[in-house]
Amino acid sequence: MNRTPAMMRLHHPGHSRGLIEIPRWYFLLSLLVRKELRVRYRGSVLGMLWTYVKPAIQLLVYYLAMGRFLRLNAQIPNYIVYLFSGIVMVNVFNEILRNTTSSIVGNAPLVGKIYLPRELFPVASLWVAFIHFIPQVVVLLIAAVLFGWRPGPMNILAVLGGILLVAMLALGLGLMFSAWNVLFRDAENIVDLISMVAIWFSPVFYAWSMVQAAVPGWLWTVYQCNPLSVAVELFHYGFWAPTRDGGGTPITVITANAANPPGFGMWICVGFAISVVLLVLGQLVFRTHESRFAEEL
Amino acid sequence: MTNTVDPTPDEPVIRVQSVDKIFTLRHTRSIKEYVVWTVKGRKGELSQTFKALNNVSISIGSGESVGLLGLNGSGKSTLLKLISGVMQPDAGDVQIKGLVAGLIEVGAGFHPDLTGRENVYLNGAILGMSEEEIERKFDDIVAFSEIEKFIDTEVKFYSSGMFLRLAFSVAIHSQPDIFLVDEILAVGDEPFQRKCLDRIRELKAAGQTLVVVSHDLRRIQEICDRGIVLRQGEVVLDGTIAEAVDLLHQGA
Repeated sequence: MNRTPAMMRLHHPGHSRGLIEIPRWYFLLSLLVRKELRVRYRGSVLGMLWTYVKPAIQLLVYYLAMGRFLRLNAQIPNYIVYLFSGIVMVNVFNEILRNTTSSIVGNAPLVGKIYLPRELFPVASLWVAFIHFIPQVVVLLIAAVLFGWRPGPMNILAVLGGILLVAMLALGLGLMFSAWNVLFRDAENIVDLISMVAIWFSPVFYAWSMVQAAVPGWLWTVYQCNPLSVAVELFHYGFWAPTRDGGGTPITVITANAANPPGFGMWICVGFAISVVLLVLGQLVFRTHESRFAEEL
Repeated sequence: MTNTVDPTPDEPVIRVQSVDKIFTLRHTRSIKEYVVWTVKGRKGELSQTFKALNNVSISIGSGESVGLLGLNGSGKSTLLKLISGVMQPDAGDVQIKGLVAGLIEVGAGFHPDLTGRENVYLNGAILGMSEEEIERKFDDIVAFSEIEKFIDTEVKFYSSGMFLRLAFSVAIHSQPDIFLVDEILAVGDEPFQRKCLDRIRELKAAGQTLVVVSHDLRRIQEICDRGIVLRQGEVVLDGTIAEAVDLLHQGA
Protein backbone atom coordinates (compact mmCIF):
# COMPACT_ATOMS: atom_id res chain seq x y z
CA MET A 1 0.00 0.00 0.00
CA ASN A 2 1.62 3.24 -1.04
CA ARG A 3 1.11 6.65 0.36
CA THR A 4 -1.92 8.62 -0.68
CA PRO A 5 -1.71 12.41 -0.96
CA ALA A 6 -3.98 12.69 2.07
CA MET A 7 -1.42 10.79 4.14
CA MET A 8 1.27 13.30 3.30
CA ARG A 9 -0.69 16.09 4.96
CA LEU A 10 -1.12 16.27 8.71
CA HIS A 11 -3.78 13.73 9.64
CA HIS A 12 -5.02 11.84 12.65
CA PRO A 13 -3.36 8.43 12.86
CA GLY A 14 -5.54 5.40 13.47
CA HIS A 15 -8.62 6.52 11.58
CA SER A 16 -9.88 4.57 8.60
CA ARG A 17 -12.99 4.84 6.51
CA GLY A 18 -13.96 1.31 7.44
CA LEU A 19 -15.01 -1.41 5.03
CA ILE A 20 -14.78 0.92 2.03
CA GLU A 21 -11.03 1.15 2.54
CA ILE A 22 -10.42 -2.61 2.63
CA PRO A 23 -10.04 -3.20 -1.15
CA ARG A 24 -6.93 -0.98 -1.10
CA TRP A 25 -5.35 -3.54 1.23
CA TYR A 26 -5.96 -6.56 -0.99
CA PHE A 27 -2.33 -7.70 -0.81
CA LEU A 28 -2.21 -7.82 2.97
CA LEU A 29 -5.72 -9.28 2.97
CA SER A 30 -4.62 -12.16 0.76
CA LEU A 31 -1.65 -12.84 3.05
CA LEU A 32 -3.89 -12.81 6.13
CA VAL A 33 -6.26 -15.28 4.46
CA ARG A 34 -3.37 -17.56 3.57
CA LYS A 35 -2.06 -17.31 7.11
CA GLU A 36 -5.42 -18.30 8.62
CA LEU A 37 -5.73 -21.29 6.30
CA ARG A 38 -2.21 -22.40 7.10
CA VAL A 39 -2.71 -22.05 10.84
CA ARG A 40 -6.02 -23.89 10.74
CA TYR A 41 -4.52 -26.97 9.08
CA ARG A 42 -1.19 -27.08 10.86
CA GLY A 43 -0.18 -30.57 11.83
CA SER A 44 -3.24 -32.07 10.15
CA VAL A 45 -2.74 -35.03 7.82
CA LEU A 46 -5.94 -34.62 5.84
CA GLY A 47 -5.70 -30.81 5.77
CA MET A 48 -8.25 -29.21 3.47
CA LEU A 49 -9.83 -32.66 2.94
CA TRP A 50 -11.64 -32.09 6.23
CA THR A 51 -13.76 -29.49 4.51
CA TYR A 52 -15.17 -32.36 2.41
CA VAL A 53 -15.36 -34.97 5.15
CA LYS A 54 -17.32 -32.88 7.67
CA PRO A 55 -20.23 -31.85 5.44
CA ALA A 56 -20.36 -35.33 3.90
CA ILE A 57 -20.83 -36.95 7.31
CA GLN A 58 -23.24 -34.22 8.34
CA LEU A 59 -25.30 -34.80 5.21
CA LEU A 60 -25.34 -38.56 5.71
CA VAL A 61 -26.48 -38.30 9.33
CA TYR A 62 -29.20 -35.75 8.63
CA TYR A 63 -30.37 -37.64 5.56
CA LEU A 64 -30.77 -40.86 7.55
CA ALA A 65 -32.42 -39.18 10.53
CA MET A 66 -34.65 -36.72 8.71
CA GLY A 67 -35.13 -38.30 5.32
CA ARG A 68 -35.46 -41.94 6.28
CA PHE A 69 -36.45 -42.15 9.93
CA LEU A 70 -38.79 -39.15 9.89
CA ARG A 71 -39.83 -39.89 6.28
CA LEU A 72 -39.37 -36.36 4.94
CA ASN A 73 -37.95 -38.18 1.96
CA ALA A 74 -41.46 -39.13 0.91
CA GLN A 75 -42.83 -35.59 1.18
CA ILE A 76 -40.07 -33.67 -0.57
CA PRO A 77 -38.82 -35.06 -3.90
CA ASN A 78 -35.05 -35.27 -4.34
CA TYR A 79 -34.81 -34.67 -0.62
CA ILE A 80 -31.07 -35.14 -0.49
CA VAL A 81 -30.46 -32.20 -2.84
CA TYR A 82 -33.04 -30.13 -0.97
CA LEU A 83 -31.38 -30.95 2.34
CA PHE A 84 -27.82 -30.38 1.19
CA SER A 85 -28.45 -27.02 -0.46
CA GLY A 86 -29.87 -25.79 2.86
CA ILE A 87 -27.08 -27.30 4.94
CA VAL A 88 -24.39 -25.72 2.77
CA MET A 89 -25.99 -22.30 3.17
CA VAL A 90 -26.35 -22.58 6.95
CA ASN A 91 -22.78 -23.91 7.24
CA VAL A 92 -21.31 -20.91 5.47
CA PHE A 93 -23.42 -18.55 7.59
CA ASN A 94 -22.21 -20.21 10.79
CA GLU A 95 -18.62 -20.25 9.72
CA ILE A 96 -18.53 -16.60 8.69
CA LEU A 97 -20.21 -15.62 11.94
CA ARG A 98 -17.90 -17.70 14.13
CA ASN A 99 -14.70 -16.70 12.33
CA THR A 100 -15.48 -13.00 12.29
CA THR A 101 -16.57 -12.96 15.92
CA SER A 102 -13.23 -14.26 17.12
CA SER A 103 -11.17 -12.40 14.52
CA ILE A 104 -10.24 -9.34 16.61
CA VAL A 105 -9.47 -11.25 19.81
CA GLY A 106 -7.62 -13.86 17.75
CA ASN A 107 -5.37 -11.22 16.24
CA ALA A 108 -4.79 -9.42 19.54
CA PRO A 109 -0.99 -9.12 19.16
CA LEU A 110 -1.44 -7.27 15.88
CA VAL A 111 -4.43 -5.17 16.88
CA GLY A 112 -2.68 -4.04 20.04
CA LYS A 113 0.64 -3.08 18.52
CA ILE A 114 0.34 -1.93 14.96
CA TYR A 115 -2.37 0.17 13.43
CA LEU A 116 -4.18 -1.38 10.48
CA PRO A 117 -7.80 -0.80 9.49
CA ARG A 118 -9.30 -3.29 11.94
CA GLU A 119 -12.00 -4.37 9.49
CA LEU A 120 -9.22 -6.29 7.72
CA PHE A 121 -9.50 -9.12 10.25
CA PRO A 122 -13.24 -9.82 9.98
CA VAL A 123 -13.03 -9.48 6.18
CA ALA A 124 -10.12 -11.96 6.06
CA SER A 125 -12.26 -14.36 8.12
CA LEU A 126 -15.08 -13.91 5.62
CA TRP A 127 -12.78 -15.00 2.79
CA VAL A 128 -11.53 -17.99 4.73
CA ALA A 129 -15.13 -19.10 5.24
CA PHE A 130 -15.80 -18.73 1.51
CA ILE A 131 -12.76 -20.83 0.66
CA HIS A 132 -14.23 -23.59 2.82
CA PHE A 133 -17.57 -23.04 1.14
CA ILE A 134 -16.27 -23.80 -2.36
CA PRO A 135 -15.69 -27.57 -1.91
CA GLN A 136 -19.16 -27.91 -0.39
CA VAL A 137 -20.73 -26.14 -3.36
CA VAL A 138 -18.79 -28.42 -5.70
CA VAL A 139 -20.20 -31.51 -3.95
CA LEU A 140 -23.67 -29.97 -4.04
CA LEU A 141 -23.33 -29.26 -7.76
CA ILE A 142 -22.32 -32.84 -8.49
CA ALA A 143 -25.31 -34.10 -6.50
CA ALA A 144 -27.64 -31.70 -8.34
CA VAL A 145 -26.30 -32.77 -11.74
CA LEU A 146 -26.86 -36.45 -10.84
CA PHE A 147 -30.50 -35.53 -10.19
CA GLY A 148 -30.88 -33.90 -13.60
CA TRP A 149 -30.06 -30.30 -12.75
CA ARG A 150 -30.95 -27.98 -15.68
CA PRO A 151 -30.66 -24.42 -14.44
CA GLY A 152 -31.93 -21.35 -16.23
CA PRO A 153 -30.42 -17.89 -15.81
CA MET A 154 -32.80 -17.14 -12.92
CA ASN A 155 -31.59 -20.20 -11.00
CA ILE A 156 -27.96 -19.12 -11.37
CA LEU A 157 -28.91 -15.61 -10.32
CA ALA A 158 -30.63 -17.03 -7.24
CA VAL A 159 -27.43 -18.84 -6.23
CA LEU A 160 -25.34 -15.69 -6.58
CA GLY A 161 -27.99 -13.67 -4.76
CA GLY A 162 -28.01 -16.20 -1.93
CA ILE A 163 -24.24 -15.94 -1.53
CA LEU A 164 -24.32 -12.14 -1.52
CA LEU A 165 -27.17 -12.16 0.98
CA VAL A 166 -25.47 -14.50 3.44
CA ALA A 167 -22.17 -12.61 3.13
CA MET A 168 -23.79 -9.29 4.06
CA LEU A 169 -25.89 -10.79 6.83
CA ALA A 170 -23.09 -12.76 8.49
CA LEU A 171 -20.46 -10.03 8.09
CA GLY A 172 -22.82 -7.44 9.57
CA LEU A 173 -23.54 -9.62 12.60
CA GLY A 174 -19.88 -10.68 12.76
CA LEU A 175 -18.63 -7.08 12.90
CA MET A 176 -20.97 -6.42 15.82
CA PHE A 177 -20.04 -9.56 17.73
CA SER A 178 -16.31 -9.20 17.08
CA ALA A 179 -16.39 -5.76 18.71
CA TRP A 180 -18.48 -6.97 21.66
CA ASN A 181 -16.22 -9.98 22.02
CA VAL A 182 -13.34 -7.65 22.84
CA LEU A 183 -15.31 -6.26 25.78
CA PHE A 184 -17.06 -9.44 26.89
CA ARG A 185 -15.94 -12.90 25.86
CA ASP A 186 -19.58 -14.00 26.30
CA ALA A 187 -20.15 -12.89 22.72
CA GLU A 188 -18.71 -16.18 21.45
CA ASN A 189 -21.30 -18.11 23.46
CA ILE A 190 -24.12 -16.03 22.07
CA VAL A 191 -22.83 -16.76 18.58
CA ASP A 192 -22.77 -20.48 19.39
CA LEU A 193 -26.42 -20.20 20.37
CA ILE A 194 -27.29 -18.43 17.13
CA SER A 195 -25.47 -21.14 15.17
CA MET A 196 -27.34 -23.87 16.98
CA VAL A 197 -30.72 -22.31 16.33
CA ALA A 198 -30.02 -21.16 12.76
CA ILE A 199 -30.36 -24.55 11.09
CA TRP A 200 -33.74 -25.24 12.72
CA PHE A 201 -35.31 -21.84 12.08
CA SER A 202 -34.62 -21.97 8.37
CA PRO A 203 -36.31 -24.37 5.95
CA VAL A 204 -33.38 -26.78 5.80
CA PHE A 205 -34.90 -30.10 6.93
CA TYR A 206 -38.51 -29.32 6.16
CA ALA A 207 -40.43 -27.32 3.55
CA TRP A 208 -41.71 -23.79 4.17
CA SER A 209 -45.29 -25.04 3.67
CA MET A 210 -45.03 -27.14 6.86
CA VAL A 211 -44.21 -24.02 8.85
CA GLN A 212 -47.03 -22.06 7.28
CA ALA A 213 -49.49 -24.82 8.10
CA ALA A 214 -48.36 -25.08 11.72
CA VAL A 215 -47.97 -21.49 12.98
CA PRO A 216 -50.24 -18.42 13.18
CA GLY A 217 -49.95 -15.83 10.44
CA TRP A 218 -47.86 -13.30 12.33
CA LEU A 219 -45.29 -15.94 13.29
CA TRP A 220 -45.10 -16.99 9.65
CA THR A 221 -44.25 -13.38 8.79
CA VAL A 222 -41.53 -13.32 11.45
CA TYR A 223 -40.16 -16.59 10.12
CA GLN A 224 -39.98 -15.23 6.59
CA CYS A 225 -38.25 -12.04 7.74
CA ASN A 226 -35.20 -14.10 8.68
CA PRO A 227 -32.73 -13.30 5.88
CA LEU A 228 -31.15 -16.72 6.34
CA SER A 229 -34.49 -18.37 5.45
CA VAL A 230 -34.54 -16.29 2.29
CA ALA A 231 -30.94 -17.28 1.50
CA VAL A 232 -31.79 -20.97 2.00
CA GLU A 233 -34.83 -20.63 -0.28
CA LEU A 234 -32.65 -18.94 -2.89
CA PHE A 235 -30.34 -21.96 -2.81
CA HIS A 236 -33.34 -24.30 -3.06
CA TYR A 237 -34.45 -22.34 -6.07
CA GLY A 238 -30.97 -22.45 -7.56
CA PHE A 239 -29.93 -26.05 -6.89
CA TRP A 240 -32.99 -28.10 -6.05
CA ALA A 241 -35.87 -26.65 -8.11
CA PRO A 242 -34.13 -27.27 -11.49
CA THR A 243 -33.57 -30.98 -10.74
CA ARG A 244 -35.88 -33.75 -12.01
CA ASP A 245 -37.46 -36.80 -10.40
CA GLY A 246 -36.97 -40.40 -11.57
CA GLY A 247 -39.43 -39.94 -14.41
CA GLY A 248 -37.67 -36.80 -15.66
CA THR A 249 -40.32 -34.36 -14.49
CA PRO A 250 -38.91 -31.09 -13.11
CA ILE A 251 -39.40 -30.51 -9.39
CA THR A 252 -41.20 -27.26 -10.06
CA VAL A 253 -43.89 -29.20 -11.91
CA ILE A 254 -44.27 -31.90 -9.24
CA THR A 255 -44.63 -29.44 -6.36
CA ALA A 256 -46.80 -27.16 -8.54
CA ASN A 257 -45.93 -23.60 -7.55
CA ALA A 258 -44.70 -24.73 -4.16
CA ALA A 259 -40.98 -24.70 -4.90
CA ASN A 260 -40.77 -21.33 -3.25
CA PRO A 261 -43.05 -19.58 -0.78
CA PRO A 262 -45.81 -17.16 -1.81
CA GLY A 263 -44.60 -13.62 -2.32
CA PHE A 264 -41.02 -14.87 -2.67
CA GLY A 265 -39.97 -11.78 -4.66
CA MET A 266 -41.07 -9.55 -1.83
CA TRP A 267 -39.37 -11.69 0.80
CA ILE A 268 -36.12 -11.52 -1.17
CA CYS A 269 -36.33 -7.73 -1.04
CA VAL A 270 -37.09 -7.82 2.69
CA GLY A 271 -34.16 -10.20 3.27
CA PHE A 272 -31.75 -7.96 1.41
CA ALA A 273 -33.04 -4.84 3.14
CA ILE A 274 -32.59 -6.38 6.59
CA SER A 275 -29.10 -7.61 5.70
CA VAL A 276 -28.01 -4.22 4.42
CA VAL A 277 -29.31 -2.59 7.59
CA LEU A 278 -27.44 -5.16 9.71
CA LEU A 279 -24.24 -4.60 7.74
CA VAL A 280 -24.42 -0.84 8.21
CA LEU A 281 -25.30 -1.30 11.87
CA GLY A 282 -22.43 -3.78 12.29
CA GLN A 283 -19.99 -1.30 10.81
CA LEU A 284 -21.28 1.46 13.12
CA VAL A 285 -21.01 -0.70 16.26
CA PHE A 286 -17.53 -1.79 15.17
CA ARG A 287 -16.40 1.80 14.65
CA THR A 288 -17.66 3.03 18.00
CA HIS A 289 -15.67 0.34 19.81
CA GLU A 290 -12.65 0.21 17.50
CA SER A 291 -10.69 3.04 19.10
CA ARG A 292 -10.59 1.12 22.38
CA PHE A 293 -9.61 -2.30 21.01
CA ALA A 294 -5.90 -1.87 21.71
CA GLU A 295 -6.35 -1.10 25.40
CA GLU A 296 -9.12 -3.64 26.06
CA LEU A 297 -7.28 -6.60 24.62
CA MET B 1 11.19 6.34 -1.20
CA THR B 2 7.82 7.20 -2.60
CA ASN B 3 7.59 10.40 -0.59
CA THR B 4 6.10 13.25 -2.49
CA VAL B 5 7.72 16.64 -2.08
CA ASP B 6 6.39 18.22 1.07
CA PRO B 7 4.86 21.60 0.21
CA THR B 8 5.05 22.72 3.83
CA PRO B 9 8.50 21.76 5.13
CA ASP B 10 8.24 23.95 8.24
CA GLU B 11 5.21 22.09 9.51
CA PRO B 12 5.95 19.36 12.07
CA VAL B 13 5.54 15.72 11.03
CA ILE B 14 4.30 14.78 14.50
CA ARG B 15 2.12 17.18 16.45
CA VAL B 16 0.84 16.15 19.85
CA GLN B 17 -1.27 18.81 21.53
CA SER B 18 -2.45 18.72 25.16
CA VAL B 19 -2.98 14.99 25.10
CA ASP B 20 -4.46 13.00 27.97
CA LYS B 21 -4.68 9.24 27.97
CA ILE B 22 -6.67 7.48 30.63
CA PHE B 23 -6.67 3.72 31.03
CA THR B 24 -9.58 1.87 32.54
CA LEU B 25 -8.50 -1.27 34.31
CA ARG B 26 -11.55 -3.50 34.30
CA HIS B 27 -11.77 -6.43 36.62
CA THR B 28 -14.26 -8.51 34.70
CA ARG B 29 -14.86 -9.77 31.21
CA SER B 30 -18.16 -11.49 31.77
CA ILE B 31 -21.59 -9.99 31.28
CA LYS B 32 -22.89 -11.90 34.31
CA GLU B 33 -20.52 -10.20 36.74
CA TYR B 34 -21.15 -6.89 35.05
CA VAL B 35 -24.90 -7.20 35.56
CA VAL B 36 -24.61 -8.55 39.10
CA TRP B 37 -22.27 -5.80 40.22
CA THR B 38 -24.38 -3.13 38.54
CA VAL B 39 -27.52 -4.40 40.30
CA LYS B 40 -25.70 -4.48 43.64
CA GLY B 41 -24.67 -0.87 43.11
CA ARG B 42 -20.99 -1.73 43.16
CA LYS B 43 -20.42 -0.86 39.53
CA GLY B 44 -17.75 1.64 40.48
CA GLU B 45 -15.63 -1.14 41.90
CA LEU B 46 -15.54 -2.94 38.58
CA SER B 47 -12.91 -0.66 37.19
CA GLN B 48 -10.12 1.66 38.16
CA THR B 49 -8.79 4.48 36.07
CA PHE B 50 -5.21 5.46 35.61
CA LYS B 51 -3.89 8.53 33.82
CA ALA B 52 -1.03 7.41 31.59
CA LEU B 53 -0.50 10.76 29.89
CA ASN B 54 -1.32 14.15 31.30
CA ASN B 55 -1.43 17.24 29.10
CA VAL B 56 1.44 16.18 26.86
CA SER B 57 2.41 18.45 23.98
CA ILE B 58 5.31 17.81 21.67
CA SER B 59 6.14 18.75 18.13
CA ILE B 60 8.66 16.88 16.03
CA GLY B 61 9.96 18.14 12.70
CA SER B 62 11.01 16.20 9.63
CA GLY B 63 14.40 14.52 10.01
CA GLU B 64 14.61 14.91 13.77
CA SER B 65 15.81 12.02 15.91
CA VAL B 66 14.11 12.08 19.26
CA GLY B 67 14.70 9.86 22.26
CA LEU B 68 11.80 9.36 24.67
CA LEU B 69 13.15 8.68 28.12
CA GLY B 70 11.64 7.88 31.46
CA LEU B 71 11.21 5.18 34.02
CA ASN B 72 8.85 2.25 33.53
CA GLY B 73 5.25 3.41 33.52
CA SER B 74 6.11 6.99 32.66
CA GLY B 75 4.00 6.85 29.49
CA LYS B 76 6.64 6.47 26.78
CA SER B 77 5.12 3.46 25.06
CA THR B 78 1.63 4.88 25.37
CA LEU B 79 2.81 8.01 23.59
CA LEU B 80 4.26 5.89 20.78
CA LYS B 81 0.98 4.01 20.48
CA LEU B 82 -0.90 7.29 20.14
CA ILE B 83 1.50 8.43 17.42
CA SER B 84 1.17 5.14 15.54
CA GLY B 85 -2.63 5.28 15.79
CA VAL B 86 -3.02 2.04 17.72
CA MET B 87 -4.66 4.05 20.52
CA GLN B 88 -6.69 7.24 20.50
CA PRO B 89 -6.22 10.07 23.02
CA ASP B 90 -8.98 10.82 25.54
CA ALA B 91 -8.31 14.54 25.25
CA GLY B 92 -6.17 16.69 22.99
CA ASP B 93 -5.08 15.98 19.49
CA VAL B 94 -2.45 13.83 17.74
CA GLN B 95 -1.58 14.46 14.11
CA ILE B 96 1.11 13.01 11.90
CA LYS B 97 2.28 13.40 8.34
CA GLY B 98 3.07 10.44 6.11
CA LEU B 99 3.33 6.74 6.78
CA VAL B 100 4.21 5.77 10.32
CA ALA B 101 5.62 2.36 11.09
CA GLY B 102 8.38 0.83 13.01
CA LEU B 103 9.71 -1.41 15.59
CA ILE B 104 6.99 -1.46 18.14
CA GLU B 105 7.37 -4.88 19.68
CA VAL B 106 9.35 -6.37 16.85
CA GLY B 107 7.70 -9.38 15.36
CA ALA B 108 4.16 -8.60 16.53
CA GLY B 109 2.90 -9.77 13.16
CA PHE B 110 5.06 -12.87 12.98
CA HIS B 111 3.32 -16.18 13.08
CA PRO B 112 5.21 -19.26 14.32
CA ASP B 113 3.52 -21.61 11.85
CA LEU B 114 4.63 -19.68 8.80
CA THR B 115 8.07 -19.97 7.25
CA GLY B 116 10.59 -17.16 7.45
CA ARG B 117 9.84 -16.24 3.84
CA GLU B 118 6.09 -16.08 4.42
CA ASN B 119 6.61 -14.01 7.53
CA VAL B 120 8.75 -11.53 5.62
CA TYR B 121 5.88 -11.01 3.18
CA LEU B 122 3.20 -10.83 5.86
CA ASN B 123 5.14 -8.40 8.01
CA GLY B 124 6.30 -6.30 5.11
CA ALA B 125 2.65 -5.84 4.13
CA ILE B 126 1.65 -5.12 7.73
CA LEU B 127 4.30 -2.41 7.87
CA GLY B 128 2.84 -0.82 4.76
CA MET B 129 5.07 -2.22 2.01
CA SER B 130 3.62 -3.15 -1.36
CA GLU B 131 4.12 -6.58 -2.93
CA GLU B 132 6.52 -5.18 -5.50
CA GLU B 133 8.51 -3.36 -2.81
CA ILE B 134 8.89 -6.53 -0.72
CA GLU B 135 9.98 -8.56 -3.73
CA ARG B 136 12.57 -5.92 -4.59
CA LYS B 137 13.97 -5.81 -1.06
CA PHE B 138 13.57 -9.47 -0.19
CA ASP B 139 17.19 -10.46 -0.76
CA ASP B 140 18.46 -7.47 1.20
CA ILE B 141 16.15 -8.28 4.09
CA VAL B 142 17.32 -11.89 4.26
CA ALA B 143 20.97 -10.92 3.84
CA PHE B 144 20.74 -8.37 6.63
CA SER B 145 19.22 -10.92 9.00
CA GLU B 146 21.99 -13.44 8.15
CA ILE B 147 19.61 -16.42 8.33
CA GLU B 148 19.57 -17.35 4.63
CA LYS B 149 19.80 -21.04 5.40
CA PHE B 150 16.62 -21.06 7.46
CA ILE B 151 14.42 -18.77 5.42
CA ASP B 152 12.13 -21.60 4.31
CA THR B 153 11.93 -23.11 7.79
CA GLU B 154 8.91 -22.44 9.99
CA VAL B 155 9.62 -19.66 12.44
CA LYS B 156 8.67 -21.82 15.44
CA PHE B 157 11.95 -23.68 14.92
CA TYR B 158 13.99 -20.46 15.09
CA SER B 159 15.97 -19.47 18.12
CA SER B 160 14.75 -16.25 19.71
CA GLY B 161 17.82 -14.48 18.33
CA MET B 162 17.13 -15.58 14.77
CA PHE B 163 13.51 -14.59 15.11
CA LEU B 164 14.33 -11.09 16.29
CA ARG B 165 16.95 -10.62 13.59
CA LEU B 166 14.50 -11.40 10.85
CA ALA B 167 11.77 -9.27 12.40
CA PHE B 168 14.13 -6.36 12.84
CA SER B 169 15.43 -6.76 9.33
CA VAL B 170 11.93 -6.52 7.84
CA ALA B 171 11.11 -3.48 9.92
CA ILE B 172 14.31 -1.63 9.10
CA HIS B 173 13.67 -2.09 5.39
CA SER B 174 10.12 -0.77 5.53
CA GLN B 175 11.12 2.89 5.06
CA PRO B 176 8.20 4.73 6.60
CA ASP B 177 8.17 8.51 6.89
CA ILE B 178 8.17 8.29 10.66
CA PHE B 179 10.11 5.47 12.22
CA LEU B 180 9.15 4.46 15.75
CA VAL B 181 11.58 2.32 17.70
CA ASP B 182 10.44 0.82 21.00
CA GLU B 183 13.07 -0.90 23.07
CA ILE B 184 14.57 -3.05 20.40
CA LEU B 185 18.16 -2.00 20.70
CA ALA B 186 18.83 -5.24 22.54
CA VAL B 187 18.31 -7.40 19.47
CA GLY B 188 20.62 -10.35 19.04
CA ASP B 189 24.29 -10.48 19.87
CA GLU B 190 26.75 -7.61 20.04
CA PRO B 191 27.81 -7.67 16.35
CA PHE B 192 24.20 -7.69 15.23
CA GLN B 193 23.33 -4.84 17.58
CA ARG B 194 26.20 -2.86 16.05
CA LYS B 195 24.85 -3.56 12.63
CA CYS B 196 21.38 -2.38 13.64
CA LEU B 197 22.72 0.80 15.16
CA ASP B 198 24.77 1.49 12.05
CA ARG B 199 21.69 0.96 9.95
CA ILE B 200 19.61 3.32 12.09
CA ARG B 201 22.36 5.93 11.87
CA GLU B 202 22.39 5.57 8.09
CA LEU B 203 18.64 6.15 8.04
CA LYS B 204 19.09 9.18 10.25
CA ALA B 205 21.78 10.59 7.99
CA ALA B 206 19.39 10.14 5.08
CA GLY B 207 16.88 12.38 6.83
CA GLN B 208 14.65 9.74 8.42
CA THR B 209 12.46 11.00 11.27
CA LEU B 210 13.10 8.79 14.29
CA VAL B 211 11.36 8.43 17.63
CA VAL B 212 13.19 6.04 19.92
CA VAL B 213 12.20 4.59 23.27
CA SER B 214 14.92 2.81 25.17
CA HIS B 215 16.34 2.30 28.63
CA ASP B 216 19.81 1.92 27.19
CA LEU B 217 21.08 5.46 27.77
CA ARG B 218 24.41 4.90 26.07
CA ARG B 219 22.88 3.59 22.86
CA ILE B 220 20.17 6.22 22.72
CA GLN B 221 22.83 8.95 22.86
CA GLU B 222 24.48 7.40 19.83
CA ILE B 223 21.31 7.73 17.78
CA CYS B 224 19.31 10.71 18.97
CA ASP B 225 19.95 14.45 19.00
CA ARG B 226 16.93 15.49 20.98
CA GLY B 227 15.64 14.02 24.23
CA ILE B 228 12.25 14.20 25.90
CA VAL B 229 11.86 12.98 29.47
CA LEU B 230 8.49 11.79 30.76
CA ARG B 231 7.66 11.35 34.41
CA GLN B 232 4.28 9.96 35.48
CA GLY B 233 2.74 10.92 32.18
CA GLU B 234 4.06 14.47 32.01
CA VAL B 235 6.85 16.01 29.98
CA VAL B 236 9.49 17.19 32.44
CA LEU B 237 12.25 18.01 29.98
CA ASP B 238 12.49 18.65 26.26
CA GLY B 239 16.05 19.44 25.23
CA THR B 240 19.20 17.85 23.92
CA ILE B 241 19.74 14.14 24.42
CA ALA B 242 22.66 14.90 26.75
CA GLU B 243 20.47 17.00 29.05
CA ALA B 244 17.81 14.30 29.05
CA VAL B 245 20.28 11.55 29.90
CA ASP B 246 21.78 13.70 32.69
CA LEU B 247 18.35 14.16 34.21
CA LEU B 248 17.74 10.42 34.11
CA HIS B 249 21.08 9.73 35.74
CA GLN B 250 19.93 11.95 38.59
CA GLY B 251 16.94 9.61 38.84
CA ALA B 252 14.26 11.33 36.75
